[in-house]
Amino acid sequence: MAASPPQKINVSLDVNGETRNVAIRPADTLLFILREYLGLTGAKPGCLNGDCGACSVMVDHTVYKSCIMLAVEAVGSKVTTIEGLKDSPIQHAFIENFAFQCGYCTPGFIMNCHALLKNHPQPTYEVIKEWLSSNICRCTCYEEIQEAVMSVIEKRE
Amino acid sequence: MLSADIEYYRPATIKAATELFFSLKGENKRPVYYSGGTEILTLGRLDLIQPGALIDIKAIKECLVFEFDRNNLLTGAALPLTYIEDANLFPLLSATSMGIADHTARNKITLGGNLCGQIFYREAVLPFLLCDSVVTIAGQNGVESLPIGQIFNQTFQLAEGQFIIQIMTERRYVDLPFVSIKKRQQWETGYPLLTVAAIKVENQLRFAFSGLCPFPFRSKEMEDELNKAGLSLPERVKRAIGHIPGPVLHDVEGSSEYRLFVLENTLNEIIIELEGR
Ligand SMILES: Cc1cc2nc3c(=O)[nH]c(=O)nc-3n(C[C@H](O)[C@H](O)[C@H](O)COP(=O)(O)OP(=O)(O)OC[C@H]3O[C@@H](n4cnc5c(N)ncnc54)[C@H](O)[C@@H]3O)c2cc1C
Ligand code: FES
Ligand code: FES
Repeated sequence: MAASPPQKINVSLDVNGETRNVAIRPADTLLFILREYLGLTGAKPGCLNGDCGACSVMVDHTVYKSCIMLAVEAVGSKVTTIEGLKDSPIQHAFIENFAFQCGYCTPGFIMNCHALLKNHPQPTYEVIKEWLSSNICRCTCYEEIQEAVMSVIEKRE
Repeated sequence: MLSADIEYYRPATIKAATELFFSLKGENKRPVYYSGGTEILTLGRLDLIQPGALIDIKAIKECLVFEFDRNNLLTGAALPLTYIEDANLFPLLSATSMGIADHTARNKITLGGNLCGQIFYREAVLPFLLCDSVVTIAGQNGVESLPIGQIFNQTFQLAEGQFIIQIMTERRYVDLPFVSIKKRQQWETGYPLLTVAAIKVENQLRFAFSGLCPFPFRSKEMEDELNKAGLSLPERVKRAIGHIPGPVLHDVEGSSEYRLFVLENTLNEIIIELEGR
């Protein structure tokens, strides 16, 4: 059984393919550690309540809201943030389809769309709708975001 | 954010988890079982709860099973809701689960957390209430299994240091005709204005509700009225509404009058659908 003392504990996190050694408190959320300790500010704080999806990252093959996950829970897994995506089809599709305005929700949406397309190469409309309902865009780019996802699927066909 | 000096443990066995609970309690460390952790983190951030030690139950293998033994479906309490939906061994549970929160949040929210959370909708309990499932719990005196009707009354009546390991549901229930309807104030995600789940067992309908009262429930009195096939449908629904076992919620999701209006229509809809099958 792994027990941690009350103060900081030293852990190794695999983030975007790099091993990052960091001293964390067990109470720290993954979002907090990514932004404040690892300098990865792509995942955004929004509601901090699991509602908006701005903080979404992938842990192994699953997308999570990093404000409702402890950093200690990610030890032993591969964390991917928006900084870890390079030239992915969905990033290009967001640009080509003008799928953002202010851009605050964009990293979270892209991580969710990326996870969707990895887990469901040819998703049905219902599956797309179900996954994308996890994120909020205050600038209401929903239509363009859906078009961006559809364009990636169409290019695969 | 949670208290700065919180402790985190991830025991691998049921025995280690309960022993840890009582030893931490003996040291006045305010332990709580931690499953998905989403409620502990969100309520902790607002200082509405102040746990001193987290006992993560996600490394306990019995809490992660989702399989049939001979006559029962075993559903582990630490399973994320989307895992349950993707495996889809219990279609009514999948359907009810898919209405909870949103897809990404359900990657983290677990069955046991939803059943035992303070947020009072606890929608995932509805299928188990309908199927008279049996709940396996661990505590200071070891492991025991109890019918859900004995241990669930608005909330799970767990003694200090007890936690749910898994839930057993008889195989004969999992493929019965069902309806699960969630009505929200608006949009596709969010808390319910009203959630109703129903199944048809040997020509009798069973109903369970969340979002109607400040707790989820199944009411035999309401079911008796709703099954009186000799009466007209409006009369059955009207009589059943007379047996709602608590105050009807009147809040930001909707007024009590509106909830009752939606309830009436939803019950009509469900009865027509299930009696036709
Ligand atoms: C964005 C969001 C939207 C939501 N929407 C809905 C909704 O639409 N409908 C709904 O019903 N709920 C909803 N919820 C509430 C959510 O289902 C509960 O808060 C639930 O408790 C979260 O599960 P968890 O596994 O993260 O729980 P945790 O935070 O791990 O635990 C919650 C509580 O349950 C206890 N607990 C956990 N597992 C066990 C166990 N096996 N045995 C005994 N006690 C245990 C913990 O000690 C703690 O007190 C929503 C939550 C979020 C974050
Ligand atoms: S900041 Fe995490 S969901 Fe809003
Ligand atoms: S682009 Fe502004 S919030 Fe989505």
